[in-house]
Amino acid sequence: MSEFRKICALADIPRLGARVVQQASGGDIAVFRTAEDEVFALHDKCPHKGGPLSQGIVHGKRVTCPLHGMNIQLDSGDAVAPDVGHCNRFEVKLEAGDVYLKV
Amino acid sequence: MSKPKLVMVGNGMAGVRTLEELFKIAPEMYDVTVFGAEPHPNYNRILLSPVLAGEMKVQDIILNDHDWYRDNGVNLHLGKKVAKIDRVKRQVIAEDGTVEPYDRLLLATGSTPFMLPIPGNNLDGVIGYRDIADTDAMIEAAKRYKHAVVIGGGLLGLEAANGLKLRGMDVTVVHIGPWLLERQLDEVAGRMLQKSLEDRGLTFLLEKHTEALIAGESGRVAAIRFKDGMQIPAELVVMAAGIRPNTALAESSGIYCNRGIVVNDTLQTYDPKVYAVGECVAHRGIAYGLVAPLFEQAKVCANHLANYGIGRYTGSVTSTKLKVTGIDLFSAGDYMGGKDTEEIILNDAAGGVYKKLVIKDNKLVGGVLYGDTADGPWYFQLLKDGKDIHEIRDQLLFGQSMVGDVGHQGQSKAAAMSDDAEVCGCNGVKKGVIVKAIKEKGLFTLDEVKKHTKAASSCGSCAGLCEQILASTLGGAYQATASDKKPMCGCTDHSHEDVRKAIRERELTSVEAVTKFMEWKNADGCEKCRPALNYYLISTWPHLAKDDPQSRFINERAHANIQKDGTYSVVPRMWGGLTTPAELRAIADAAEKYKVPTVKVTGGQRIDLLGVKKDDLPKMWADLAAAGMVSGHAYGKSIRTVKTCVGAEHCRFGTQKSMDMGVKLEKMLFGMWSPHKVKLAVSGCPRNCAEAGIKDVGVIGVDSGYEIYVAGNGGIKTEVAEFLCKVASDEEVMEVSGAFLQLYREEGWYLERTCHYVQRVGLDYVKQKIVEDGEGRKALYARLLDSLKGIKDPWAERLDGELKKEFEMLAVQPA
Repeated sequence: MSEFRKICALADIPRLGARVVQQASGGDIAVFRTAEDEVFALHDKCPHKGGPLSQGIVHGKRVTCPLHGMNIQLDSGDAVAPDVGHCNRFEVKLEAGDVYLKV
Repeated sequence: MSKPKLVMVGNGMAGVRTLEELFKIAPEMYDVTVFGAEPHPNYNRILLSPVLAGEMKVQDIILNDHDWYRDNGVNLHLGKKVAKIDRVKRQVIAEDGTVEPYDRLLLATGSTPFMLPIPGNNLDGVIGYRDIADTDAMIEAAKRYKHAVVIGGGLLGLEAANGLKLRGMDVTVVHIGPWLLERQLDEVAGRMLQKSLEDRGLTFLLEKHTEALIAGESGRVAAIRFKDGMQIPAELVVMAAGIRPNTALAESSGIYCNRGIVVNDTLQTYDPKVYAVGECVAHRGIAYGLVAPLFEQAKVCANHLANYGIGRYTGSVTSTKLKVTGIDLFSAGDYMGGKDTEEIILNDAAGGVYKKLVIKDNKLVGGVLYGDTADGPWYFQLLKDGKDIHEIRDQLLFGQSMVGDVGHQGQSKAAAMSDDAEVCGCNGVKKGVIVKAIKEKGLFTLDEVKKHTKAASSCGSCAGLCEQILASTLGGAYQATASDKKPMCGCTDHSHEDVRKAIRERELTSVEAVTKFMEWKNADGCEKCRPALNYYLISTWPHLAKDDPQSRFINERAHANIQKDGTYSVVPRMWGGLTTPAELRAIADAAEKYKVPTVKVTGGQRIDLLGVKKDDLPKMWADLAAAGMVSGHAYGKSIRTVKTCVGAEHCRFGTQKSMDMGVKLEKMLFGMWSPHKVKLAVSGCPRNCAEAGIKDVGVIGVDSGYEIYVAGNGGIKTEVAEFLCKVASDEEVMEVSGAFLQLYREEGWYLERTCHYVQRVGLDYVKQKIVEDGEGRKALYARLLDSLKGIKDPWAERLDGELKKEFEMLAVQPA
């Protein structure tokens, strides 16, 4: 059964940046923080050529993959048109300044 | 609170483009209602000619389908003609009785074909050429009748005539002027065009005045009679004798109209709540009938509708191209010339090539190209930029390739390229793919081409070529922006220059302050503008502006180069390319310890350790630091390397100590951020083993001192560095090199290499600033040294503390 587990404090993620949650299996998860202090989590793998999205520049509710510049929508995991592609999303929540990830 | 209501009358290209621009910058601002008299959604009117010619289908030229209106929440009334505007009650009333109130009204009613006021102009079979219905009527007529007459030898008339001919009709073009396209071509080009159209089977009657259209037994037009008594059969008559701005609706509501609906530079009519754009408009007395100026109007209008209050439309210089497949024709600006202009002409009648360039005060002011139009976009850019062509005058006529600027920035002969020629080498995009996307998706800008095809979206060296392809595909619809006025990115309308100026003059010291002050459309910018802004801030206010790591590309954030598999490469600095056994040992140990799969010597005489995991970076740096090594900045828009030969220290030909000089320069410049990467080289003699001739700054030792070269580039397109000056001492090398780099740091645009910067400002300008102005040079040098004061090694800074977080992974904590 999946449940929310604490991963870090919001302050541990830079604003307009991301941190990576390492997983034993299933690939790393990138946790993003926007300018408005919203948090989103995506599989840390660009649907285009597998670039680490966690290392990209975050703007609005988007992240730009550092390898070839594909933009991914943080709240849906979809590539921004006209690009196509989808990146798996994970549920995250913010509670009392801490970030919880559903695993 | 309910939103204000924006009603648009007219559903054509100019109006809908205005909405698109508006939705980009203020998507939620208005409740939008659109009235379109035609039953179709917005389509690309300029592509009606290819539809008539059978080269495209109607569905290919739809720009915004019904989904687009729905997705953007537009209340769309199609097939409803607006009958009345009540400006007192602020409402619009359609012929079918639909009433829509407005807070802002946008008139985009376009134009109507001018129907000659002659007897018979209302007969069956007599049509204008304006919309899909007209095109359908022509296609239908071509199936049933033989004789077509097109009245008007302008662009539209010739395109119609060509299309009808291709559909099997006998076509005669009647033109009142002495030659074809007299508003675009001079007589020579006009005659050449006529000849090639005649070869295709078209018939021309020039300087002919139509007297009447004569009905046949069925009541349909059957013949046309001229004032000289001549009469020819005509079962289809297409009037293409000009357009009239459609001002009837505006006039009836009391809005001042002259040659069109009169608007000011913000596209407002005499009623400030009512805006107007497109062919229905007269701006500074001019009504434009080409699509490019209308798009410029759309942009400015949207800006004001969104209450941004910036941007003025000040009129357009236009260029045209005939959309008749196989006929290459280009004209722009003042193509006729006059007393105070000079002309350069090439006239090869047998070869079917004619070129005329009109020059005034050493600037290109107009031109006509016939038969070979490949350089049209380049000439148009020179014209719009108002570039001084004095230096290239003797080669100007032979085109850009003769000026020696082919390839880099991608300018080459786009029109002559075959469809399967590769345009973008990074992403493997062929010309045919780009042309197809432009046509099918209705692309008009380089940005759109980048987004849809990926061409020019990586290294950007083919951007110029893509623009040429756009220009040659779109013809008159293409509007090149003067290059120094191009917006930084989609987040703003401001150019790099404007932004740099604002940062300096307004003393802005953070990315947020800039985006706020300059009214960025997206509060936190994008991946394109943020790195540029961050650079402008730290280079303008070295010790004041705070560096923003989140506005840096990952390479500069992690101080290592990201590789295709997400690992990193580490390059320790080797000053001037020199190293020691102890350093080599430390590098070898680190490579083994962190299981580096590839160890490579770089082109810049450094050792590259490839395939390092991100979380190993700080550990590896610590090991290298223990052996006295610092970051090589092999990842940044910054000083990379100073390459050297062995010089007078060892070489039997060496005249100067190049290793020593190289080390001094590299130590001076350590940690210098710049608009793009910067590489130097020092050679000990003119044999130039350090390849100083293709570096941003190249120093070559000679017996009496050093020669300094600048703005070379070994990258995308090899650029040989240009001679700047000769100096006698090591100190002068440091001062001149430093001052040049500081000038580039202060004036270069982000991602502009020194070669492009120098091309933009001119070598004379650089010489004046660096060589002639001694005081200025010293001041530049002092500013460089000041900004580099107290620079820390980025690797050492990240070994612990807050900055180390970047490299640490998170783990799920136990429940």
